[in-house]
Amino acid sequence: MATPNTPLWEVFIRSRNGLAHKHVGSLHASDATMALQAARDLYTRRGEGLSIWVVPSSAITASDPADKGMMFEPAESKIYRHPTFYEVPDEVGHM
Amino acid sequence: MYTQALNTSDADDRHVEDAARAAAFQARIDAEERIEPNDWMPAAYRKTLTRQISQHAHSEIVGMLPEGNWITRAPSLRRKAALLAKVQDECGHGLYLYAAAETLGASREELVDLMLSGKAKYSSIFNYPTLTWADIGVIGWLVDGAAIMNQIPLCRCSYGPYARAMIRVGKEESFHQRQGYEIMLTLARGSEEQKAMAQDALNRWWWPVLMMFGPPDQVSQHSDTSTKWKIKRFSNDELRQKFVDATVPQAQYLGLTIPDPGMKQNAEGHWEYSSIDWDEFKQVLAGNGPCNRDRLAARRKAHDEGAWVREAAQAYAEKRKHRQLAQAAE
Repeated sequence: MATPNTPLWEVFIRSRNGLAHKHVGSLHASDATMALQAARDLYTRRGEGLSIWVVPSSAITASDPADKGMMFEPAESKIYRHPTFYEVPDEVGHM
Repeated sequence: MYTQALNTSDADDRHVEDAARAAAFQARIDAEERIEPNDWMPAAYRKTLTRQISQHAHSEIVGMLPEGNWITRAPSLRRKAALLAKVQDECGHGLYLYAAAETLGASREELVDLMLSGKAKYSSIFNYPTLTWADIGVIGWLVDGAAIMNQIPLCRCSYGPYARAMIRVGKEESFHQRQGYEIMLTLARGSEEQKAMAQDALNRWWWPVLMMFGPPDQVSQHSDTSTKWKIKRFSNDELRQKFVDATVPQAQYLGLTIPDPGMKQNAEGHWEYSSIDWDEFKQVLAGNGPCNRDRLAARRKAHDEGAWVREAAQAYAEKRKHRQLAQAAE
């Protein structure tokens, strides 16, 4: 008999105080409590974190890599959004 | 290495689907770009990687068995704690790798079932028995050492999730090799009996460890496409030679003799080893190694005896979900 599937979760860990939670990987668990426990065992065996988030993988909506151009190209051409676009005379000093 | 069964021909699958897409894909690989799960990839690339990563995962999981055999008999609490942590790491490595394989569209359960049914392979090395405590030293020193040799280039593999899993595995694996070498060093500096035990373990494991790198380059049929796709960056023989060159001085330091009387250093400084018994390798891969049946039986037993836990956890999750839905409806 084939083994039934267990839901997939994505794991995010805050490694230090003041840092954002960062995606570290995924795991299988029946519910959120077990997902948290499994994440503790699997992803923090060497003091990697202070806080864990688990999110059902099915809850994530991702952008399509094929749309990469349409999604992100418009930002490429807008160099005036960066501070280096603007000229400030040296005499003015650091700004 | 941990994916030796890939060295068999798979020519039927190599039909080219969309020539233009395949060319664009190859161009990305050539430009050292990483391929990510949702990117377009040739079906054969997906299939090769699914097999390679899942075989690697199975090897980590089955690899817990020979070492697990010694946890209760470790000679001190320090050794026991280290071995327990190491075996737990191997389990973790298996799980990182199953997760990486799943990004290609297979489910972990499906992959595990393939292993349990004997259809999917795992590394030949785990079909050898661990007869004495010195075997635990040799496994850490040589088996993990060989695995690290293989995993370093895999950190630059073209498939992003596999490369990232390998980086994580590699960081944890270096403790494994050092703890193995420390065991060997302690035995080598111990009594005559301990030294003899260390030498005996090296004698039994040396050739199987060299086989871990897979068949010699001239008969390895899978390498061409894997090299082109930058899944594989060094040939089997190149990695084997690197390993031998790194290991000989370590054995000399221990005062142990590598069981190859014909071994000699050539003008370039490389250690030339005698020919490997590839018939033994084929037999072990075909299921006729000393422990193949035991290993599969142990995995099946663990899987079957864990079934009620999976079912109970699932039933509990269902019950909670229904309760929440009922509460929300009130």
